[in-house]
Amino acid sequence: MTTRVISGKTVQVNEEGFLLSPDEWTKEIAVEIAKEEGIAELTPEHWKVIEWCRQNAVNGRSPTLRQITAGTGISTKEMFALFPKGPAKKVAHIAGLGKPEGCV
Amino acid sequence: MKKLLILGAGTAGTMVANRLSHLLDDGWKITLVDRSETHYYQPGFLFIPFGIYGKRDVVKPRRDFIPPGVELILSPIEAIEPERNRVRLAGDGSPLDYDFLVIATGAHIRPDQTPGLTEHEWRRSIHDFYTLEGALALAQHLRAWPGGRLVVNVVDNPIKCPVAPLEFLMLADWFFRERGMRDRVELIYATPLSGAFTKPIASKLLGTMLDEKGIRVVPDFMIERVEPDAKKIISYDEQEVAYDLLVSIPLNMGDEAIARSGMGDALNYVPVDKHTFVSPKYPNVFALGDAAALPASKAGSTAHFAVECFAENFVHYADGLEMPHKFDGHANCFIESGFGKALLIDFNYDVEPLPGRYPLPGVGPFTLLEESEMNHWGKLMFRWMYWHILLKGKPLPLPALMSMAGKHRLN
Repeated sequence: MTTRVISGKTVQVNEEGFLLSPDEWTKEIAVEIAKEEGIAELTPEHWKVIEWCRQNAVNGRSPTLRQITAGTGISTKEMFALFPKGPAKKVAHIAGLGKPEGCV
Repeated sequence: MKKLLILGAGTAGTMVANRLSHLLDDGWKITLVDRSETHYYQPGFLFIPFGIYGKRDVVKPRRDFIPPGVELILSPIEAIEPERNRVRLAGDGSPLDYDFLVIATGAHIRPDQTPGLTEHEWRRSIHDFYTLEGALALAQHLRAWPGGRLVVNVVDNPIKCPVAPLEFLMLADWFFRERGMRDRVELIYATPLSGAFTKPIASKLLGTMLDEKGIRVVPDFMIERVEPDAKKIISYDEQEVAYDLLVSIPLNMGDEAIARSGMGDALNYVPVDKHTFVSPKYPNVFALGDAAALPASKAGSTAHFAVECFAENFVHYADGLEMPHKFDGHANCFIESGFGKALLIDFNYDVEPLPGRYPLPGVGPFTLLEESEMNHWGKLMFRWMYWHILLKGKPLPLPALMSMAGKHRLN
């Protein structure tokens, strides 16, 4: 467990850089993490997904890809275009939520 | 007479009927509905492809587990009408009224949800082991399989018994080694998650286990379609994995009757409070076991611990009293690792699997997050416990809520 400063705010993160507390998240932090994930600019489509995930997180854990596509109406193909390589994990990271996990 | 209606006589539904028939008085009538008369010991399906279990080890008539005084109706369900407190069955029969409803209709594999999976190669070069028929067909196939590239693919999470795909691969490593053909078999695990192990401590302790067994992991693989003639699976971002034998864990979904009733989420699971299982929308409706949309593992052990909490809560709740217990997401499961050994994990909503001993702190006999022969015997013994103790709702000397005793955290 470590802390780091993202866009001027000190937050707690895990070893992979995921925020430990969704409450510490800000939009500025999202923009910064998105850049680290290779997304130069967050479009309204990106924000739609990020906001939907934050609203529908259970236990601070991000929804699954299938829940996101069903909930936002954005197709899986589009999700991969918006958040290349592992969109569920990327959205979770950018939205300040826990990454999708198995039980071990 | 108050009416309790339970939909589904699987692990959760049968346990609820048994526990509550002991706890509720004569003023109650309990009715169970299920579409078929056979109860499956689903954890046993894993062993069938490798010839360890046969059909007779995993099936029994449901009626053997229904307590006296509880009515069992064999029929598919058309729809639940929660506004009218009743359930319509398939056919023209009169609807079943209830005062309280428990939905325990489980989760099922849906190979139809992935293009290419159930076409002409289904049960030929493409198999599953989450159904009895699938496990038996795979056993038949493996007996004569000359070797090649075996790919295990999880379509998406959540799935029932989340560790079963890993167990399948580790048992396959053992199986092919025993048959003297391991050098002719490539084992590959394509998972939509970021790795085979995603929890920090399990990753640290078990991370090298698959490497040592020669099992290759393809992470972040979200399957879009199968090309059954070219024998490859293709992901949404155009990664391809070729196979000679594909063992698929198809998308898991809740029952279609839940969708028809408008009571489910995107995967037909019923949203309920994660501590009490009561529906936020209908205060006389509960969902238990795999049917419930909970951030817990879809596993028999979760259902067992959940039912322990639920049954005592229900007696209070039905009398208008506050529920005394809050379920914590407790689950434990043995993980077969081949060569007569297994691991054991014990965890809940908040605490990830940790090393230590279980159930007696410092003693065991089972080892947590560590391979041992004792764990393997525990897993085999569990089938007897399931049929004779768990389903019948008899007490098991294990606390329903998770305990930290005997566990240690790593730094």
